[in-house]
Amino acid sequence: MRWFTLSWQAVAAILLCILAGLLGPMTQPEMKALANPAVTIAYPFLNTKGLIFDLILGAAAVSMLRIPPLAAVAALAIGAHVAAWLLLTGIVGFEGSAHAPYYLLLAAAWLLAWRCVTILSELKPANRAANALLRLVIPFIFGVWILIVWEAVVRGAGIPFILLPPPSAIGVRIANSLPILAADVNQTIFKSVIAGYVIGCGAGFLTAILADRVAFLGRGLLPIGNMVSALPIVGVAPIMVMWFGFGWESKAAVVAIMTFFPMLVNTVTGLAASGHMERDLMRTYASDYTQTLLKLRLPAAAPFIFNALKINSTLALIGAIVAEFFGTPVVGMGFRISTEVGRMNIDMVWAEIAVAALIGSVFYGLIALAERAATFWHPSVRGG
Amino acid sequence: MDRARDKIVPVLTILAGLVVVWYVAAVLLNAPFQRDLDRRAGETPDTIEFIAKTLSQPKPTMPAPHQVAENFFENTFLRKITSNRSLVYHAWVTLSSTLLGFAFGTALGIVIAVGIVHVQALDRSLMPWIIASQTIPILAIAPMVVVVFAAVGITGIVPKSLISTYLSFFPVAVGMVKGLRSPEFMHLDLMHTYNASASQLFWKLRVPASVPFLFASMKVAVAASLVGAIVAELPTGAVAGIGSKLLAASYYSQTIDMWSALVAGSIVAALLVTLVGLAGRLVDRSMGARPA
Repeated sequence: MRWFTLSWQAVAAILLCILAGLLGPMTQPEMKALANPAVTIAYPFLNTKGLIFDLILGAAAVSMLRIPPLAAVAALAIGAHVAAWLLLTGIVGFEGSAHAPYYLLLAAAWLLAWRCVTILSELKPANRAANALLRLVIPFIFGVWILIVWEAVVRGAGIPFILLPPPSAIGVRIANSLPILAADVNQTIFKSVIAGYVIGCGAGFLTAILADRVAFLGRGLLPIGNMVSALPIVGVAPIMVMWFGFGWESKAAVVAIMTFFPMLVNTVTGLAASGHMERDLMRTYASDYTQTLLKLRLPAAAPFIFNALKINSTLALIGAIVAEFFGTPVVGMGFRISTEVGRMNIDMVWAEIAVAALIGSVFYGLIALAERAATFWHPSVRGG
Repeated sequence: MDRARDKIVPVLTILAGLVVVWYVAAVLLNAPFQRDLDRRAGETPDTIEFIAKTLSQPKPTMPAPHQVAENFFENTFLRKITSNRSLVYHAWVTLSSTLLGFAFGTALGIVIAVGIVHVQALDRSLMPWIIASQTIPILAIAPMVVVVFAAVGITGIVPKSLISTYLSFFPVAVGMVKGLRSPEFMHLDLMHTYNASASQLFWKLRVPASVPFLFASMKVAVAASLVGAIVAELPTGAVAGIGSKLLAASYYSQTIDMWSALVAGSIVAALLVTLVGLAGRLVDRSMGARPA
């Protein structure tokens, strides 16, 4: 029995570290300091360089020993993330001066994080709580590394903040302009999106029931609905702004139109989803149309309806924001984005995008939770 | 005959109903402004005359179908296609960035799906983020992408098509993951008994099984990609394309132009979806699929 297991990520990380060590100075100022030792020049990673190498090499080596997977995960997580943290904090104040070893060490730390995720995703914990935790932790590490690489590359290469601000600057901007962001969210989300979403989904649902009741209507509406779902409906935004004015009503109208057709098509499909046997059973119970609808066909259609609600949650945000490009009162997320781009306040634009993404995800998550609660009987929920 | 009775008649009836509703709406929506005009001109037209007038305003609140059709016909067939008033020209500009974005998006989606199916770490870490990526209202990023790329010196079609890429990679990635995983255990076991290698398993079983899924999701992707291209033209100050035509028409309240640009966009969308559907059917047939 061997006392170690090779993994290509750890080996590659060690090789990258050695290469970084051979290439020497990590930044421009360090090069200068080495060139004339008589003068004392402050340079980044003065005290932490050795520590970074130790962390990465140590974590890589430890992870290949035959130790319990959780210990390896812990070693890798600590090694990779502390090294990344030191790299990120070290470069502050010396933006744009990084040399190849800086990126090599970053890549080595990233490989360790990858190894960490690989081990984590091979774990098959027996209890449910641990499984749920794993399902959150693995994507979380991935997201953290997107931010780390973004921050490190923007700072290391000295990309101007106007072009692409680092995530830390965006975070600071969010924290500093909470009142503006709150006002925009209130205007765009709580007024336009929610009103439009409820109207659009509600109307789509009712039309679907009607189309189901009147077969002729259903046969005519379904092909048209399918066709319209593929059209660039968001183009009606300028027309709605003309009809309903600059306030939130016009945005709600765009959102309502955009969400109507996915809901219609999905609900009609869903209402056809219940099986013949089940419908026959309902008939043997002498149930009328309403009873069959409420007790059999709507529950059977629920997965389809929730699917439409999920699709619509994204469409609604897009519709409201785009409609704001065509004219708004001086508040709203779309308005803020288009004006701040013009004023070159790119960090504010990213702050709005981050807020929008967060709200979009929360919106989606809430619907997904409601779906789990409402369709607990469905195989896709029971199975996982 | 069955087909005619079951499909064409209901669809045509409802379409005819929509046109009637449209005319009524046009009369109702344009009436207040027309009454205003008449009062100022001191005219008292009878009902028929009044309705005729509401349907022939130069900048109506709601243009009547025949006005839109006339404008669309004029701008599509009667103008030189190089003129910047020609809808064919604008549609071509939008179409070119749509197609480029669609090609990128499909390629990206397939690559991601192959990665997700083969690397477990990717499956568990990337999939949630792909779903989260679609909750970002991408249009918010449209101006950003264009600003960033303009600063690096890339302008024109590429930044616009990146928006399309972003919108179209998602359906392809999700559909392909489903498709590549669609072979049943029996089939996988059969390949196993043939001693098939991993690449043979991929090319001879997983890829053919995923083709129907690929085309189904490409239909969604091409529509999304057109929406991306149109919207990318709105905030970025594009000078040509269906989106910029919409924006310009809305600035000058040329409603008829606006509606005919929308019609042009819809026709392009319908054509693209139909073409992808046809291509899918051809590929299916050449691979020996039997009509279900």
